[in-house]
Amino acid sequence: MLKITDLVKRYDGGEPVLKNLDLTIEGESVVSIIGSSGAGKSTLLRCINRLVEPTSGSIVLNGTELTSLRGGKLRAARRKIGMVFQGFNLVERLTVMENVQSGRLGYISSWAAIMRRYPKKDIRRAYELMERVGIAHYANTRADQLSGGERQRVGVVRALMQDPEILLADEPTASLDPKTSEQIMGLLRDLAGELKLPVLINIHNVAEAKEYTDRIVGMRYGRIIFDDVPSKLDRDAMDRIYSGSPHADRSDTGVAAQ
Amino acid sequence: MSRHPDTWSRPPFIANPWLRWATYLGAAIYVVWVVTTIPIDWERVAAGVERAGRIFGGAFPPSFERSQLLIDGFLESIRIALLATAGGVLLSVPIAFMAARNVAPLPIFYLGRAIIIVARSFHPVIVAIIFVKAVGFGPFAGVLTLVVYSIGFVAKMLAERIEEIDMGQVEAMRAAGAPFFSTLFYAIFPQIMPRQIGLTIYQLDSNLRASAVVGIVGAGGIGATLANAFGRYDYDFALAITIVIVAVILVSEAVSGYIRKRVG
Repeated sequence: MLKITDLVKRYDGGEPVLKNLDLTIEGESVVSIIGSSGAGKSTLLRCINRLVEPTSGSIVLNGTELTSLRGGKLRAARRKIGMVFQGFNLVERLTVMENVQSGRLGYISSWAAIMRRYPKKDIRRAYELMERVGIAHYANTRADQLSGGERQRVGVVRALMQDPEILLADEPTASLDPKTSEQIMGLLRDLAGELKLPVLINIHNVAEAKEYTDRIVGMRYGRIIFDDVPSKLDRDAMDRIYSGSPHADRSDTGVAAQ
Repeated sequence: MSRHPDTWSRPPFIANPWLRWATYLGAAIYVVWVVTTIPIDWERVAAGVERAGRIFGGAFPPSFERSQLLIDGFLESIRIALLATAGGVLLSVPIAFMAARNVAPLPIFYLGRAIIIVARSFHPVIVAIIFVKAVGFGPFAGVLTLVVYSIGFVAKMLAERIEEIDMGQVEAMRAAGAPFFSTLFYAIFPQIMPRQIGLTIYQLDSNLRASAVVGIVGAGGIGATLANAFGRYDYDFALAITIVIVAVILVSEAVSGYIRKRVG
């Protein structure tokens, strides 16, 4: 279970990007976060694995308070949080197998990693997962030879190699064509079910959010203003989430603060 | 309907016309002043031409009689260049990381940049003179000189490459909980490796050339052989050495160019 309480993120003393945000993800649900650019979706996701430092508040994953962790303990916690990126973030010049195994870097020594001496069970697991998503025949291919959809499959397998307790996906389909995009969303939903894994997906495509996820969280300038099952996301809710601009919201809060 | 102009000229480089013309005029006056005040003694030029004629007269035909000396000098130059490249590149990698703004904390960054600036500020000949004074004549001074020379170039270029890397790959490793060295070897080295190999080969080629120059001030290698030949008025031997230097540099440049193209 992931429990976020009173989370605030403020960059360099400016207006907060996340404003006293509360969110709880239970069980193995697939949750999508929607909202216009600048609403704080990406910042929220990155606060969870501390790629972004939260300013204040609490994030607890299965009993571990993440916000106060440092050094080795932070790395150990990050191992349990898989992440899939918009730009895939694969190491272009390494093979698919090396990219997939890079999900295990938190578990093996740097020396073993540098010498490519991966544990047998990791190699077996990698083939298993690659076969599951249909990229096993690419094991020895360099990542920069793959198409977008294939790359994101590598990205998903890399995250799953971490043996995560939760999967974060930051606009995983934004760099893909519509058909591939649906395949990846379907894959994320199916894998969540198979691996009993909660998945948190930032997404711009509302139709996909409705079709592939169990719950939709709507953000607007640092706050959650909608949180319900997809069928409840009507015209009115959409308008509240997407109308106006972050700039207009900023001026609003400026007035409210006075 | 509004009327639109039908002429257009590019905005001048310096917008203010007074400043613009003052700059042009100032530059012109300075050039005239330089040309009129530098002493050009035509008699000395004439004497020089005559002396050059004598040197070239004595240089033909080139003499390969003492080829053993020539070969020894060259082998030493190659050894100097190889050793200096290995040492220089090895030192350049950590210095480049120190001098890359996106991976080094600010104080380390300044230190790294300072090392590079110092290594770059002096011509190898000046560095060689200092090292010859410090450790005495011979190839060791040459190696030290070219190590400094290599750092100045390789570390600077490599630091620039590190600053251009895709940080997304680093972010992915951090998100997976990878420790420092694993991140370095998985997310950063693969991105900079082609440039690193290219720079190393280029530097080897460049060090071979520079080793001939620094040898003249006493830092060993073929340069020392050449300086000795001149000192003893063996112009024919000196010409032979020069021809071989040019040939070797042509070959090394062709080889290094070929390899760099294949790696890139």
